[in-house]
Amino acid sequence: MKKTSEELEQIRNSMKEQMKNIRIMICAGTGCTSSKSDVIIDNLKKIAAERNLKGITVSKTGCFGFCAKGPIVVIEPEGTFYEKVKPEDAEEIIIAIENNTYVERLMAKEEEKLVEKWNELNFYNKQKRLALKNCGYINPEEIDEYLAVDGYKALEKVLKEYSGDDVIKIISESGLRGRGGAGFPTGKKWMFAKAVENEIKYVACNADEGDPGAFMDRSILEGDPHSVLEAMAIAGYTIGSNQGYIYVRAEYPIAVNRLKKAIKDAKEYGLLGENILGSNFSFDIEIKLGAGAFVCGEETALINSIEGKRGEPRPRPPFPAAKGIFNQPTLLNNVETYANIPSIILKGSDWYNGIGTETSKGTKVFALGGNINNVGLVEVPMGVTLKEIVEDIGGGVPGNKKFKAAQTGGPSGGCIPASLINTKIDYESLAEIGSMMGSGGLIIMDESKCMVNLAKFFLEFTVEESCGKCTPCRIGTKRMHEILSRIIEGEGKKGDIELLEELANSIRKSSLCGLGQTAPNPILSTLKYFREEYEAHINDKKCPAGECKKLLDIIIDPDKCKECGLCTKVCPTNAIDGEVRKGPFKINQEKCIKCEACVAKCPFNAISK
Amino acid sequence: MNEKMIKFKIDGNEVEVKAGETILDGARKLGIDIPTLCFLKEINEVGACRMCLVEVEGARGLVTSCVYPATEGMIVKTNTPEVNKSRKMTLELLLSNHNKKCLTCVRNTNCELQNLSKRFGLEDIRFAGEMTKAVIDESSKCIERDTSKCILCGRCVSICSNVQTVSALTRVQRGFNTYVGIAEDMEIAKSTCVGCGQCVVNCPTGALKEKDVISEVIEMINDPEKIVIVQTAPSIRAALGEEFGMPIGTLVEGQMVTALKRAGFNKIFDTDFAADVTIMEEGTEFLQRLEKNENIPMITSCSSGWITFAEKFFPDLLPHLSTSKSPMSIMGTLIKTDYAKREKIDPSKIYSVAIMPCSAKKAEIVRPELEIEGRRVIDAVLTTRELARMLKQLNIDIAVLPDSEFDNPLGEATGAGHIFGVTGGVMEAALRTINKKLTGETINDIAFETLRGKQGIKEAKIKVAGKELNIAVAQGLGNCRKLLEEIADGKSKYHFIEVMTCPGGCIMGGGQPIKSPYELARLNVPALRAKAIYKADEKARFRISCDSESVKKLYDEFLGEPNGKKAHELLHTSYNKQEVYMKE
Repeated sequence: MKKTSEELEQIRNSMKEQMKNIRIMICAGTGCTSSKSDVIIDNLKKIAAERNLKGITVSKTGCFGFCAKGPIVVIEPEGTFYEKVKPEDAEEIIIAIENNTYVERLMAKEEEKLVEKWNELNFYNKQKRLALKNCGYINPEEIDEYLAVDGYKALEKVLKEYSGDDVIKIISESGLRGRGGAGFPTGKKWMFAKAVENEIKYVACNADEGDPGAFMDRSILEGDPHSVLEAMAIAGYTIGSNQGYIYVRAEYPIAVNRLKKAIKDAKEYGLLGENILGSNFSFDIEIKLGAGAFVCGEETALINSIEGKRGEPRPRPPFPAAKGIFNQPTLLNNVETYANIPSIILKGSDWYNGIGTETSKGTKVFALGGNINNVGLVEVPMGVTLKEIVEDIGGGVPGNKKFKAAQTGGPSGGCIPASLINTKIDYESLAEIGSMMGSGGLIIMDESKCMVNLAKFFLEFTVEESCGKCTPCRIGTKRMHEILSRIIEGEGKKGDIELLEELANSIRKSSLCGLGQTAPNPILSTLKYFREEYEAHINDKKCPAGECKKLLDIIIDPDKCKECGLCTKVCPTNAIDGEVRKGPFKINQEKCIKCEACVAKCPFNAISK
Repeated sequence: MNEKMIKFKIDGNEVEVKAGETILDGARKLGIDIPTLCFLKEINEVGACRMCLVEVEGARGLVTSCVYPATEGMIVKTNTPEVNKSRKMTLELLLSNHNKKCLTCVRNTNCELQNLSKRFGLEDIRFAGEMTKAVIDESSKCIERDTSKCILCGRCVSICSNVQTVSALTRVQRGFNTYVGIAEDMEIAKSTCVGCGQCVVNCPTGALKEKDVISEVIEMINDPEKIVIVQTAPSIRAALGEEFGMPIGTLVEGQMVTALKRAGFNKIFDTDFAADVTIMEEGTEFLQRLEKNENIPMITSCSSGWITFAEKFFPDLLPHLSTSKSPMSIMGTLIKTDYAKREKIDPSKIYSVAIMPCSAKKAEIVRPELEIEGRRVIDAVLTTRELARMLKQLNIDIAVLPDSEFDNPLGEATGAGHIFGVTGGVMEAALRTINKKLTGETINDIAFETLRGKQGIKEAKIKVAGKELNIAVAQGLGNCRKLLEEIADGKSKYHFIEVMTCPGGCIMGGGQPIKSPYELARLNVPALRAKAIYKADEKARFRISCDSESVKKLYDEFLGEPNGKKAHELLHTSYNKQEVYMKE
């Protein structure tokens, strides 16, 4: 049934009341679900019912972000935080609620003290959750809960009070920039799309998240799908479009299903579809599934894919604002960009503009991964330093190792060396040091990581993901990867670095789309900050980080060797020569495959790399 | 209407282009030859090869000149050190993944990649890495593919899909593994391919070529047991000269005949004569159909690729096709029947060769429907390009040869026969005869101007003997498809439709000399070649097929009535649905 504004307000109020009761929220994002959070939910529900517990709800919610500690259960309104919960913990949790106590063994400890509420954790301390504000707070599959957190109020406000130009003014003044990577001012983009006169226009959402290890967009869609739908409807109203498309990877089944449910529910309430809230404005949204090609995150390739064509970029101009989907003017924004819109409309541009730095406003969500203690999803105000993210939020590098570098922007980005750990996280500061904001991948490397190998890792990805349309990207990335491989294999030649640089710079300038233009970044930035590592590989045939196996010599220290022969028993290639008690053993480097089994086996620590 | 003009500067030279035109358009106007590989105007505007990059003042990075619209006051530089460095690197990368067996390549010295490599003075390929897995496909009677020579410019794919709407070729796989292939990795012979060869004439390298049968033909010429008879299609004489350095549009009919004699062919006949016979048959057939109002519109049937297209895509509409055989097959039939009998030659000793501007004809000759007494009527088809190569092998340079005349009796053609080579020509030829038959008047210039020229579909309403006829002329299979869809929907208003598979007609056929996009942009090649054909038409003794004495004689002494019993038996054929993408 379609709802009137009054009816929606009633739902909001009654739901707000309900949400004051005890709510057990269990993360039902992809990560926690794969750790059986769905079973935890079932168990909690079953036990609550068995024990006839009244006035509490058990519901799934979106990602809390602290994935390292998942599955996570939070009990609202208190905010009690339980980590690494197992299905069999359900009973204890319910009993604790009955008795108004905690399950201490499931609570986090920081500085030897139990942390009572989730927002008191160091992990959340320096974060500012705007795009993620409802993730972990509401049940994404209940439109009423979204309404209770002022959902669809922004759309209502826009329909009743604002013209398209008003909306553009607010977005422009908020300073919001595209969160997909390039940081183009969102207000300007909307203005271009509005300015084009055409009967048919489209609003599209880019949910083709492709950075290895990144899951910002997925988490928003899984945890707060309505915020994206609401923003797209606002965009539709603003630019004069009645049709939206969400292009999302088929590998995100939970996100897709929640989006489907959200669209269905929003239509039922009359928040999508014909004559929204009794206005003249109609807007529908269709989901288009992508096959997970990285290049389809590039806007023109995404448009081709929506049209059913090969996912390949088109030359620009014409830009999508002039000729997009089916050659009609199209406004395309990323998930996270949309997720910010409703709050900006409700709270105003000044509020948003007050967060962040001079040129980069608001917050940015990052998927923090690699050699870091607190792996997870973090949202920080623009302008925090990398150091704050790594040390305060991320809890530092595990295993007493030193922080070596961070990679932002995934395969399109660059590395930030330890010496620049105080770099501020904003568009300009990152670009200045040869990296980029990117869509939000943030990978931390410790001292054991070889930077040449890191560059090769990302190149492997771009070679794999190049669509093959333009020459520099199709062949050039392959050739860069081949040169890197030979350097890592110990077959690097004099002149390789220069050839790599020449090629990288050429590909950067001559590729058709962003994928190719940014593919050389991992090489160029590691060359900029870690050139000596490349030189060591080529000139000395050594990998300073000790990661590149071919350049590794595993050696038995004759002074420490007790001639026991244990090492020969574990060597899979019979690479260790010697006889028991007849002098120290020796490794034949020709035969050795650097598996390090002997290193682990030697009881006297006589073998090392 | 006043079109908005845009003024800008390229390399310091001011140029004016229409709004919407590109930097490349402006450059070509100025005679600045920005190198391109993937660009084909209005067909493949994809910005893929990255050879045409230029610097534009104020723009971020380099700009793709082939697709970048010119803007007022723009300042473009096409040859800065940075631009040249980028081009060289792109070329070097292309060559690093290219089969560089140039000396044994059919496109040696006529290869766009080779030319650019020479032009940019590449001295060394510094990347010796993996090569993309090559696919070699020799399954087709018409076309051979070798992806090791492919540079993925996409021109063949665009021509095949967007212009011909055949979509046999497509890009398969992604990234470095990408290659141009066939759906489900099948052989091209099993695909929707109609053999038109437009992919071949638009390929910048030797990745696509016609199936070469030169050696077989030379072998037959050298076989004393064989009587080797050759026929030449209307368009050969308008293009062959180009392969010998003569200007585009040079009519080389007489020199071509001399060359063929020197090459050792026993008889040289003119397909154009058979075209006159086709007109007699097709014209009569049309008048009969019109009278019975049966299978109207009637569609011409001389273009082999078109027949295959209809059989693969529109099997239900096959009754609309004229049943008249193509001029080539009519000539082949006459050679092995009437001519053989007259000259008392055992037809099994005849080796019949056709020089065609076409690769699809190579498939036509093996159609079982065309056999006479269990024997193929044509034994080999050589394209214009193959003929040129063959003549060169035999030390013959047509440019310096004197003229000779075709042999008789199958060598005398009318102007109507000549113009079969140009789009609109078959229709014009047919109408000349139809008009004469109905009115008895000789009108040589039913040369309806509207039927000549380059639009994809031309139509006219004409009055012949008081009857009003709606006629249409379509060139390129995409345009043919439009007319067929109208017929399928029951909406066609036409009585008679001429179709030619290739855009521009036979003079621009898939077997004709290959011109680079730069040449095609600078010179109006179709118009120049057409001019030569129309010149032949004007020079002809007769210009209407039914006036030809040789034609009359042929009917009087051998065939009887046009479309009569014997003529029907020998000169008409049938069509059948062809399945595509069938797995074994």
